Amino acid sequence: MMLTDLTIAQAQAGLRAKTFSAEELALAHLHAIETLNPRLNAYITVNHARAMDQARAADAALAAGQGRALTGIPLAIKDLFCTEGVRTTAGSKMLEPFVPPYESTVTAQLLRDGAVFLGKANLDEFAMGSSNMTSAFGPVENPWKRLQNADAVLVPGGSSGGSAAAVAARIAMGATGTDTGGSIRQPASFCGIAGIKPTYGRCSRWGVVAFASSLDQPGPLARTVEDCAILLESMSGYDPKDSTSANLPVPDFQAACRRGVKGLRIGVPREYRIDGMPGEIEALWRQGMDWLRDAGAEIVDVSLPHTKYGLPTYYIVAPAECSSNLARYDGVRFGLRADGGDLRDLYERTRAAGFGAEVRRRILIGTYVLSAGYYDAYYLRAQKVRALLLKDFTDVFTQVDALLVPTAPSAAFAQGENMDDPIKMYLNDAFTIPASMAGVPGMSVPAGLDADGLPLGLQIIGKPFDEETVFAVAAEIERSAGIVALPSVRAGA
Amino acid sequence: MAYTLEGSTGLWEVVVGLEVHAQIVSNAKLFSGAATAFGAEPNAQVSFIDAGFPGMLPVINSECVRQAVRAGLGLNARINPVSRFDRKNYFYADLPQGYQISQYEHPIVGAGQIEIELADGSTRQIGVTRLHLEQDAGKSLHDQHPTKTFIDLNRAGVALMEIVSEPDIRSPEEAGAYVRKLRSILRYLGACDGNMEEGSLRADVNVSVRKHGEPYRTRCEVKNVNSIRFVMQAVEAEALRQIEVWEAGGTVQQETRLYDSHRGETRSMRSKEDAHDYRYFPDPDLLPLVLDEAWIESLRAELPELPDAKKARLIAEHGLSPYDASVLVAEQSTAMFYETVAKGRDPKLAANWVTGDFFAALNRTGRTVEDSPVSARDLGGLLDLIADKTINGRIAKDVFEAMVETGRDPASIVEEKGLRQVVDTSAIEAAVQKVLDANAANVAQYKAGATKLMGFFVGQTMKAMGGKGNPALINETLQRLLS
Repeated sequence: MMLTDLTIAQAQAGLRAKTFSAEELALAHLHAIETLNPRLNAYITVNHARAMDQARAADAALAAGQGRALTGIPLAIKDLFCTEGVRTTAGSKMLEPFVPPYESTVTAQLLRDGAVFLGKANLDEFAMGSSNMTSAFGPVENPWKRLQNADAVLVPGGSSGGSAAAVAARIAMGATGTDTGGSIRQPASFCGIAGIKPTYGRCSRWGVVAFASSLDQPGPLARTVEDCAILLESMSGYDPKDSTSANLPVPDFQAACRRGVKGLRIGVPREYRIDGMPGEIEALWRQGMDWLRDAGAEIVDVSLPHTKYGLPTYYIVAPAECSSNLARYDGVRFGLRADGGDLRDLYERTRAAGFGAEVRRRILIGTYVLSAGYYDAYYLRAQKVRALLLKDFTDVFTQVDALLVPTAPSAAFAQGENMDDPIKMYLNDAFTIPASMAGVPGMSVPAGLDADGLPLGLQIIGKPFDEETVFAVAAEIERSAGIVALPSVRAGA
Repeated sequence: MAYTLEGSTGLWEVVVGLEVHAQIVSNAKLFSGAATAFGAEPNAQVSFIDAGFPGMLPVINSECVRQAVRAGLGLNARINPVSRFDRKNYFYADLPQGYQISQYEHPIVGAGQIEIELADGSTRQIGVTRLHLEQDAGKSLHDQHPTKTFIDLNRAGVALMEIVSEPDIRSPEEAGAYVRKLRSILRYLGACDGNMEEGSLRADVNVSVRKHGEPYRTRCEVKNVNSIRFVMQAVEAEALRQIEVWEAGGTVQQETRLYDSHRGETRSMRSKEDAHDYRYFPDPDLLPLVLDEAWIESLRAELPELPDAKKARLIAEHGLSPYDASVLVAEQSTAMFYETVAKGRDPKLAANWVTGDFFAALNRTGRTVEDSPVSARDLGGLLDLIADKTINGRIAKDVFEAMVETGRDPASIVEEKGLRQVVDTSAIEAAVQKVLDANAANVAQYKAGATKLMGFFVGQTMKAMGGKGNPALINETLQRLLS
């Protein structure tokens, strides 16, 4: 077995048993990155020297018997997390020259636990997109290929597209992502890996470049549910520097993966059966219900009546917050500056040169919905609907322990598809957005393949701060699905 | 008599509302933990949060919340148990985030009131609409370079309280009295140092004019006025300008104006059409601010005695006149000085000395109560020397002058200069007899009924004794010898 094929759990055991060193593990990944990244473009920045230093430090720690949870585990870090001394671009020209003088809380915790950072993963610009096509550093290729027409270059999903592609192609063991409306779950589904958006407040947002503050939430992507649990344990925890961070203890997520689902009540919301959903996704969903029923869970039909308002509401709230959050990119203090004749000219030139089309579109939408005379009709109403969306979940969680729904309405599509109409692209997130709006945890787990041989994910949505049940259900689906298919483009293939 | 301005069409009433921005006394900024001391090198007190770096998040400084609540309590205002922070969005080079965090819809403090006192001794209640917390912006320096603007972010993120009054103010004098009283209350509380030169306290002055009995007309806002005198001048200048506009058949446009103190006039800064659309919305980085009732009550219990209460006490317990009491409580430092002097002594005498000779000495020497050459303890000591008849009141004035000049304590000055008053009755009787003998004609007139001459005899005796005679004993002796 190649080192790059190991799961995090397996690598932990191998490192502790000295079967291989952290240096060997890092080198195997860095070599694979050298070979594959020019094609996949999953990394914007690769930190060869730094990663090797961290790996050697990990070996020293292991030799001294001071290994921690992630000592020597090579990870990709979404280039939205500020990393001290390492360029952080947010996938935007605006931050192309930006080297943060600070480390985000989440990555600092991963480093504290011994992780090795291979590099900074590509993403949609400022995490705005569902295809990784909006990155100023070029699109990312999904390592999976259709059985027929294998030449088509598919998107990895987005916005954590580089993270998902890197993990799927085995050029990272795991990765950090952020999820605002589905940016962890949808790419995980498209790339055939697992990814969890924890409860809003579980992971600190401090040091993560903001898109929509009330929705943004860091989380892990990995090839197994258990690996996600291992990573999330390190990433989670109260951070006094983030006022929206939850002051709660971090449970043993890894143990939760082994709980099973016996006796759990799993809700299946009827509103997720939308017109035009591909039959194979419908079938996979039913398959998922059967697996859980077979494992001792009870499947319950439930209703989340406001689901259909999730998407339109999201596209008011998220752009509104982004229009304000991105105002700081003005060319005055850091990042890109395009000089102008006066201050206004400086702003206009800098922001025109620095922001891509999708970011500009969302800033414009957000500015519009917050404007005097429109605020009540859009933003205020959206907040009211958001409260109703949350109430949907609160109500349904009095009846069931978790929900099972598809992650995305399709498998990965090809670069160039869905590009003509932003609304079509936005629909990709219709199944992931409601959990984001409600702040509840959601996880995508690979559950099957479509007729083209492309991975499809199912999504488990849990109660606030009950990621443990989410992990338990996801692990059950993972075991039942028993997927053995691998992406065509991967280390060693 | 209500204040009015006379125009060509008759008398106009002035309507004023004030928005006062008061910098909160706190070691750290409102959301960043960076320091706030005045006068630091440019950009020496800036955190990555203040500079709006990517991924930086605000965390509320509890000390600033505590001060705002205390200020609210000091204004007899309602403290809102739940308040919220909003973003006020606009682009400017010294506003790093592209928005100011403020409290728009749900301020921490609701309605309250301030009692102001006017020169004629009357008082008025001025309504306080609200007090809210917000961040200050940085400073753009346009005069450092021929083509460049420099930015200093030391102030960026500093905690301000914006205190908004009702449009209850009706004259420049009331506007001045309002700011003075507000500043006094904030200083008593230690919530704001009230230093207008350093910008710790600045006022936006909203002015409109109307004929008696009319509803409000359009107002203009005169921004960032930084002294009480300028506030008063700005009210009058702006009111006169508006009257002129109305009387010329024009219409006052709602706009933001600046007060030019050199020319004594206001000029337009931006009109309503150019007004920003601030796109207020709740700051998603911050949770609603929820205050515990018991905590609010504990702050209420710990409030210091504020000017109104102190004034009432000085009138009731010290028997001072309302005027003297007002003067003494206006500044906390003066009140403390007075109370130290008055403690265990005759309060009226103490008040006379503080408001009389002491204030005069401060004026003359250009000093303040804080750096006064005479300490409260020494002035108290001087009063003790009068009370125990070591010196008389006239000599005390001389001793006080020596204290102002040398900063020394009164007892040693009295000793050194031999100013102890003469209480030896035989010495006094001898002096009196001498005066009576030398003024036989006056004695005769006195005995014929010209009793006013008593003052003359006292003066002559005192003069003969070098001012050191005990006035009461001199009086008594004269009465006896002349009867």
